[in-house]
Amino acid sequence: MKTIFEKSVPGRRAVWFEPAREAAPADAVPEGRRRRTPPRLPELAEVDILRHYVAMSQRNYSIASGPYPLGSCTMKYNPVVNEAVAALPGFASLHPRQPAATVQGALRLMVELEAALCEITGMDAFTLQPAAGAQGELTGMLIVRAYHRARGEGGQRTQVLVPDSAHGTNPATAAMAGFEVVAVPSDRRGNVDVAALRARASERTAGLMLTNPNTLGVFDDGIEEIAAIVHEAGGLVYYDGANLNPILGVARPGDMGFDLVHLNLHKTFSTPHGGGGPGAGPVGVKDFLRPYLPGPRPVRLAAREGQEEYGLEPPSESSIGRVRSFYGNFLVLVRAYAYILAQGGEGLRRVAEDAVLAANYLAHELGPDYPLAYDRRPMHEFVVSTAALKRETGVRALDLAKGMCDEGVHPPTVYFPLTVEEAMMVEPTETEAVENLDRLAAAFRRVAEIARTDPERLRTAPHRTPAARLDEARATRHPDLRYRPGLSLPERDPQAAPAGAAAPPA
Amino acid sequence: MSYLAHTADDRRRMLERLDVADVSDLFADVPESVRLGRPLRLPPGLSEAALVRRMASLAEANRGTDRLVCFLGGGATDRFIPALVREVVGRAEFLTAYTPYQAEISQGTLQAIWEFQSMMAELTGMDVAQASMYDGASAVAEAALLAASATGRSRVVALRSVDPQSRAVLRTYAAGRGLEVVEVGDRGDGRADLDALAAAVDDATCAVIVADPNFFGVIEAAPEVAEVAHRHGALCVAQVDPVALAVLTPPGEWGADVAVGEGQPLGIPLAYGGPYLGFFAVREALVRRLPGRLAGATYDARGERGFALTFQTREQHIRRERATSNICTNQALLALAASVYLASLGPQGLREAAERSLALAHAAARRIAALPGYRLANEAPFFDEFAVRAPVPAERVQATLLRHGLLGGSDLGEDYPERRGELLFAVTEARTEEEVDRLVAALEEAGA
Ligand SMILES: Cc1ncc(COP(=O)(O)O)c(C=O)c1O
Repeated sequence: MKTIFEKSVPGRRAVWFEPAREAAPADAVPEGRRRRTPPRLPELAEVDILRHYVAMSQRNYSIASGPYPLGSCTMKYNPVVNEAVAALPGFASLHPRQPAATVQGALRLMVELEAALCEITGMDAFTLQPAAGAQGELTGMLIVRAYHRARGEGGQRTQVLVPDSAHGTNPATAAMAGFEVVAVPSDRRGNVDVAALRARASERTAGLMLTNPNTLGVFDDGIEEIAAIVHEAGGLVYYDGANLNPILGVARPGDMGFDLVHLNLHKTFSTPHGGGGPGAGPVGVKDFLRPYLPGPRPVRLAAREGQEEYGLEPPSESSIGRVRSFYGNFLVLVRAYAYILAQGGEGLRRVAEDAVLAANYLAHELGPDYPLAYDRRPMHEFVVSTAALKRETGVRALDLAKGMCDEGVHPPTVYFPLTVEEAMMVEPTETEAVENLDRLAAAFRRVAEIARTDPERLRTAPHRTPAARLDEARATRHPDLRYRPGLSLPERDPQAAPAGAAAPPA
Repeated sequence: MSYLAHTADDRRRMLERLDVADVSDLFADVPESVRLGRPLRLPPGLSEAALVRRMASLAEANRGTDRLVCFLGGGATDRFIPALVREVVGRAEFLTAYTPYQAEISQGTLQAIWEFQSMMAELTGMDVAQASMYDGASAVAEAALLAASATGRSRVVALRSVDPQSRAVLRTYAAGRGLEVVEVGDRGDGRADLDALAAAVDDATCAVIVADPNFFGVIEAAPEVAEVAHRHGALCVAQVDPVALAVLTPPGEWGADVAVGEGQPLGIPLAYGGPYLGFFAVREALVRRLPGRLAGATYDARGERGFALTFQTREQHIRRERATSNICTNQALLALAASVYLASLGPQGLREAAERSLALAHAAARRIAALPGYRLANEAPFFDEFAVRAPVPAERVQATLLRHGLLGGSDLGEDYPERRGELLFAVTEARTEEEVDRLVAALEEAGA
C-alpha cells in the first residue's frame, strides 16, 4: 500500500490552531536560527489519515486477531478494562512535576503496586523506573556493580555469568554495565551445568543472570545449589523475570536465593505490547541492596490526622542514579496494578496453573514432528527442535513459521534459544481456550504435513497474508530507511512480473 | 474478574489427555524447599465493576491538568492532542501486537515505524531516525555511548543547561561503560559559555551534548557548540524539542551528528511521566551504530513493496554482548501516536502550534517581567519556556497559583542550587489569552 507521504497533497490539512491575538516579537527567534524550509510532513484531509491508519492496522496480526504463542513474550489477553482505567483523566492528565498534594492517588497506586510486587516475588523493595525488561537488567547490573564497589571489590569482580540459553538482552546488558560476559553451558536436562558453573565461579564473579523457568521452558531444580555456588564465590544472583508467569503464587525468586529481579509488566502482568512497546521493567531487591536503588521512589509517609499521605523519597547516597526520567512508564504501572487487583492472590496462582497446563497440553498435541529439545515436562512454554524435519524435507523452522501465518495463527518464536538447532519456542498462555490450543496444534501439524507433500509451498510461504515473503536481505543491501521523494522504492518492483502473474519462487 | 478461558471440565479433559491426575503434578520440578506453600497475601480478585470503582477512586485522589491549568514544563509539555491520535493508538490491532519479527503479518506496525523514522528524519534534518527509545533521557545516554564507540574516546562533555534528568541518566549509563562526564555551565544568561566549553573539550572528547532549546527554555548557541565539538573531532549530540523544530533551524542544518529528544510533546499524554517516547536520529555514516530497531523498505515475493526490520546484526538478539545497545522492547505505540500527531497537524499545523506557543509565551513573559518585583532570569531568546525571578520564595508563588487552579513554576533550584527561587514556566499552544491573564493576576497577588 502507499505510504502516507505518497498520499500527501500540498495544501491539504486537518488540525489547525488559532493564531495568538498578539504575535511574538519579530526578533523572538534570533536571526539565522529561524527554520527556512518546513519539514516535509504529510498533508492529508483528516478522513484520509484515519483511513490510512485503519488500513495499516488491518495488515497487522495481534492478540485481538487470534492466538499469539510467541515464546518468551507471554502474549496473554490484554484486558480492555485496563485501557479504560489508564485513560482516566485523573491518571492520564497528571504532569510529572505537579506538587505531591495533587497526585496522592498516583503515588498511592505506585506504593501499593510496589507492595504487591514485593509479595509476589519475595523481594523487599522495588524501583518502578525502568521502562522495559532490558532497562531493568541494566539497573540490576549497575546495582551489582555498586554493591561490589562499596565492598572494595569493584576492581576485582569483573565477570558476569550468563547461561548460553539466555536472552540476548542479558549478555548485552552485562556488557553495557561494564562486565565481561562468561557463558555457562546447559546440561543434558536443560539446566545450568552445575559443574561448569562451579568451574567458572570465582573471586572475579560479580554475579549470575538467570531466568527460572529458563528460556527452554523448564524449571531449573538445581536453583538452590546454583545460588549457593554464586554466593559462596561472593557474587550476586540476578533473576530475569521474563518467565515469572508460571510460578505466580507457586514459588518466588526471593525464596530461591535471588538477590535482585526485574519483572516484565508487559508480559506477566498483561499490559499491551503496542507493536514493540511500551513495557515496564521494575527492579526488586533484597533489603541489603535497597540503598542502591534509583530514585526518587514513591513512599507512604507517616499518616497525618488519620489521613494516609504519600510522597517521593529522594535516592540514597549510594544510589546508582536515575535510569529514566520521572517515575517510569506510569500508565503501564496503572494497567499492571489493575490486572493484579482483578486477579487477586488466588487468581494469580490460577494464572500460573493454567499457563502451565496450556503449554503441556499444546506440547502434547503437536505430534512427533515437534520433539521437545529437552525431554522434560515444560512449564509455561516449551522449545521444540525441527532439525529432524529439516533433514528430511529441507524445510527450516523459519519456513514452518511462515507457513503458520497462512494457517491464520501467529507462529512461535523461532531460532531462540540459540543453543537449540531449528528452535521453535511456544508459549500459548493461560488465556487461550482449549479450542484455540487445538487450532494452534492443528496449524503446527498441518505445516509439518505440507513440509512433506509440498515443501516448495513453505519455502515461498506465506501466500495468504497481507504481504508475501519479504526480501530481508534486500532491505540490508539497499537500505531504504525513510521517505525520499523520487528516491524511495516504488510501490511495485519494476523488475517483478506484472501483478496477478504467478509469483516466482522466492 | 477472570481472564482465564478454561472451565473445570476443560481442565479435567486436558489433564486426562496428558495422563496427569492433578495440575500440581505439572509443577513437580519445583523443589518443595522453594515453594511458597501459602496463598499470596493479596486481596481477593475484583469484579470489573468493583475494579473500575477502585481505580476511579485512586484517579479521583489526583487533580490533573484536566482540572488545573498547566504552566509546568521541564521535560513534559501540556500540548493539545487531536482526537485522532487516541482513536488510532487505541486500535487493538496496533495495541496488542508485538515486535514485528514476522514481517508478513506485521506490515501495519512496520510501515508505521518506517513512516515515523521518515517524519523524525524530516523534522530533525538528519539522514536516518530509528524506531524509538524509552524516553528523551535514555536517548541522550545512548547517544553518548554511540559517540564513544564511534570515536574510540571516553570523555563526554555535557552542557549543564541540558535537562537535568537526562544528565542524570547519562551519568548512570556512562558509569557502566566507564565514560567520564564533564559538565560546562552557562554565561549566567542561560546560554552556553563557549569559552568554558572550548576549554573543556579536548582530543579525548567523544561527544559534546547540547540542548536546543535548553532546560531554561533558551535558544542555544547551538551552531557554535557544534563547531567546538568538531574542532576536536568529537560528535555533537543535540537534544531538541520536536515542536520547536517547526520554527528553529533543525540540528541537521547546524551541524549536529546525533539528534535525540523527548517525543512526548507529539501527541502523548502527560501521564505523570510516562510512557513517553525517545527519538534518535543520526547522520548516514552512523547508521550501523544506531541502538534499537530500524525498519526498511523492501519487496515481497510478489514484487509489492513492504517493510521489514533491518540491520538487526546491531541488536542484542543477534550480537549479544557486542550489540550496540541492550534495548529490546521500545516505545512503538508512542511512536505511532507521534506519527498520527504529525500527520494530523502537517507542516502547517505544527508551525501554527509552534508560533502560537512562541507568541503566548512571549506575551506572558513580557507581562510577568513588568510585574513589581518580577524579572526574567535570562536575557536570552527563548521558545515557549522561560525562567522568572520572583520577589517571594518559589513555594509561596506555587501555592498561590494552585489556589487559583494554576500549576506552575517549577523551582530551578532543585537542580541548579545557584538558581534557587527561579521559576520555570511553559506556555504552549494549548493555553489561551484568558489563562495567561489568570497566571499574571495570580503572580501579581503572590508577589504583593
Ligand atoms: C527472557 C527474556 N529476558 C529479557 C527480555 C527483555 O525484556 P524487554 O524486551 O522488556 O526489554 C525478554 C523479552 O524480550 C525475554 O524474553
